[in-house]
Amino acid sequence: MAKAKDTVSRTVMVALVLSIVFSVVVSTAAVTLRPAQIKNQNLDIKTNILSASGMLEPGASADEIESTFERFDVRLVDLDSGEFVEPSAVGVKDPMKYDMYKAASDPAMSTDIPSSEDKAGIKRRPNVAKVYTLSENGELKRVVLPIHGYGLWSTLYGFMALEGDLNTIEGLGFYSHAETPGLGGEVDNPRWKQQWVGKELYADDPSEPQIRLVKGGVNADAKNKEHKVDALSGATLTSRGVQQLVNYWMGDRGFAPFLKKLREGEV
Amino acid sequence: MAGVSAKEVLFEPIFSNNPIALQILGICSALAVTTSMNVTIVMCLAVIAVTAFSNLAVSLVRTQIPGSIRIIVQMTIIASLVIVVDQVLKAYAYEISKQLSVFVGLIITNCIVMGRAEGFAMNNTPGMSFLDGVGNGLGYSVMLLFVAFFRELFGAGSLFGVTLLPSVNEGGWYVTNGLLLLPPSAFFIIGLAIWGLRTWKPEQVEEKDYKLSAHKVKEAF
Repeated sequence: MAKAKDTVSRTVMVALVLSIVFSVVVSTAAVTLRPAQIKNQNLDIKTNILSASGMLEPGASADEIESTFERFDVRLVDLDSGEFVEPSAVGVKDPMKYDMYKAASDPAMSTDIPSSEDKAGIKRRPNVAKVYTLSENGELKRVVLPIHGYGLWSTLYGFMALEGDLNTIEGLGFYSHAETPGLGGEVDNPRWKQQWVGKELYADDPSEPQIRLVKGGVNADAKNKEHKVDALSGATLTSRGVQQLVNYWMGDRGFAPFLKKLREGEV
Repeated sequence: MAGVSAKEVLFEPIFSNNPIALQILGICSALAVTTSMNVTIVMCLAVIAVTAFSNLAVSLVRTQIPGSIRIIVQMTIIASLVIVVDQVLKAYAYEISKQLSVFVGLIITNCIVMGRAEGFAMNNTPGMSFLDGVGNGLGYSVMLLFVAFFRELFGAGSLFGVTLLPSVNEGGWYVTNGLLLLPPSAFFIIGLAIWGLRTWKPEQVEEKDYKLSAHKVKEAF
């Protein structure tokens, strides 16, 4: 019972019309909503940066976040030399548009990390990183550095904020990870993150970060307690990952050369 | 399907013919997105929107669709709607869309959506099909919210992100049940819910495939 609608020409017609109609629907939605989406993504990054540096007021509106973030300078840093580079060096106009995680998969913009040095488990490191500095009256107040590394199940992406002395930790926060909820996922717990505030990265050698995540809590009279943070209970591997990634990124292969120059006022 | 009232089409799927509890469809997302009420509600709204509008669209063109490509046609309609929903969420509910991640996209593969398009919308008027879509979306939502209620309350000690049982990690007294935050727990809750529903409405109990017979062999010892 071949009906009129089952002929080959009719089938091709219906398929064509349908494809065109729905491509228009989908592309219209994608194009018209694009500006709002980009705004959201940028706002999300800014929120994470403010939150890591403890400058995020609870319930702050989008405008408040934007205006607080305005106080930061976005700069690009060559990790090997530790010096600032112009945005044009990585092919962008606005440093905010540079994506260091995308750069990490581009052979021309990143370097392989030998496995003996790959404490953070990230395999490749971008040559240029995006950092956020906050100065008041010419005096450096805060530096926010992007950090990432492998935990138990996933790569944790976050920010570490340092005070003007470039040694004292102002805060730490991860904005993307897939660790076990309730165990490794407690890296998001505000009470745990609070412990990091005031800890010190370096002892004598400003290229050897000393951060340790220790089991059983940090007593008030513990030795070197300024470098120690209580590990997450039930999440040994996530804790180890966090310790390794912080020490990697604050070490020689990470931001240490930059921090050194910044401290000595050379850049 | 003459003689079916709009009310039946809309409300039957909620308890009497629940897509998750009776037809056991859409389990995947029921496990994945039910750790918190806020996320679950957004997911439910997304699924209701997609089922309703895909049913409507399929029903509108049902007389034109050639039989040989009808499944592909339905898929195209559903996939397009899902992309639109995903884009809208990214633009207006960014935080939650980040948590839902791939599961919005996976609505395309949700058997409920496809099942209603093929099983109902292909043979019914647009108005009825739309209601059927909303009804089935609601049936899915009732089940998901039920699961999410227990998972969030006992897994994290909160509801809609508001702390009700202060957990030990935050300095309170409640030791959270970590299992409830992991996907397998949703299986247990769905299983218990189905048991409860079938006790309440025994007509939903499936006929047995087999019968246990009495043990007749004499024991050797």
